Amino acid sequence: MLRNTTTRYGWAAIILHWLIGLVFIGQFALGWTMVRIASQRTSFELIQLHKSFGFLLLGLVLIRIGWRLASFSPELPEEVGPVERRAAPAVHLALYAAQLVVPLSGWALVSVSVLEIPSMPFSLFVMPHLPFQVSEQAENFWIFGHKWLAYAAIALVVLHILAAFRHHFWLRDVVLVRMISPFFAGRARGPE
Amino acid sequence: MSLRVLGVAAFLALDLIGGTASAVALSDAAGRYAISSSGSSIRFAIGKIGGGGLNGAFGQFKGTIRIDGGDIARSKVDITIYPDSVGTGQSRIDAFLKSDAVFDVANSSQIVFRSTSVQRTGENSAVVTGQLTARGHTSSEKFAVELQGMKGGQIRFHVSGKVLRSRYQMDVGTPIYSNIVAFDMQFTGRRG
Repeated sequence: MLRNTTTRYGWAAIILHWLIGLVFIGQFALGWTMVRIASQRTSFELIQLHKSFGFLLLGLVLIRIGWRLASFSPELPEEVGPVERRAAPAVHLALYAAQLVVPLSGWALVSVSVLEIPSMPFSLFVMPHLPFQVSEQAENFWIFGHKWLAYAAIALVVLHILAAFRHHFWLRDVVLVRMISPFFAGRARGPE
Repeated sequence: MSLRVLGVAAFLALDLIGGTASAVALSDAAGRYAISSSGSSIRFAIGKIGGGGLNGAFGQFKGTIRIDGGDIARSKVDITIYPDSVGTGQSRIDAFLKSDAVFDVANSSQIVFRSTSVQRTGENSAVVTGQLTARGHTSSEKFAVELQGMKGGQIRFHVSGKVLRSRYQMDVGTPIYSNIVAFDMQFTGRRG
């Protein structure tokens, strides 16, 4: 039940999926809030929290990618049409890329910032900066990049959620429920 | 902020009497001296995890030294610092320091030190203890004072000490930035 098969997701993939999804959406909300809050003290603390969860997210995504490469990917149900069957891998690839690129761009941002504030995830250890040149221009570039990559990524996530709801409520297949539990994978959800 | 350092005077007098300086009578050192930003400096440094740190200075401050020629221990120092004058060379950090995160200059425009006791520690050195008040919080602090000279109605001394930010609700950023602020101050007092 831990590993994927050709028909269902295992617990490892399921837990990683929901954990990453939760952290990713939470990070978007946190990032949006921390730059708009009036209190500079609270803002500073939220930014450090955002950085901590960003590194956590990056670690989880790397584990997820490794797990994905090392195990099976369940096939789509037979009733899924040809267009969606071709689009799904591209969307999933884009989602994986977003999960990777958004935290990496945040890491680049703190690495080039002229403020040179160290990153200390959850106050546990110092995460070294990436070996990029510190400058005001580079900081502005990565602020722009991180922000718009996050917006693009959250748009993909929304698309992903809508697609999952379509499968569940409209097509009534197992695409969503098999990502909830391996035990749901074999249950056909045809019209009642 | 007021620093009641007495020692300065005492040292002066003692040092002079001891013959290491030109013939200056104790009565010459006794008196009231005014400290201004001109010819004086208040610098500070906060260590950063992983090396380096934050260095800055206060551009505006004032104070008085009253040297009791008869009893050095009764000498007094008062110093008032205006945190709105803080400078680090990075305007974004300056704005952060002035905000509610650190000095909260909108609601607390002064940092005050008033000496409560002076204890001589050497030929020309002393420890000055006093009450430091910042952001509405008052705590006892000690500073090491070294008399550096007296000439033409002016006295010069070097003051150093370490203060915990957390005592004044200024501990934002710990443990990334040290809780300890190291002060390095150079004061020139003019009689009058």
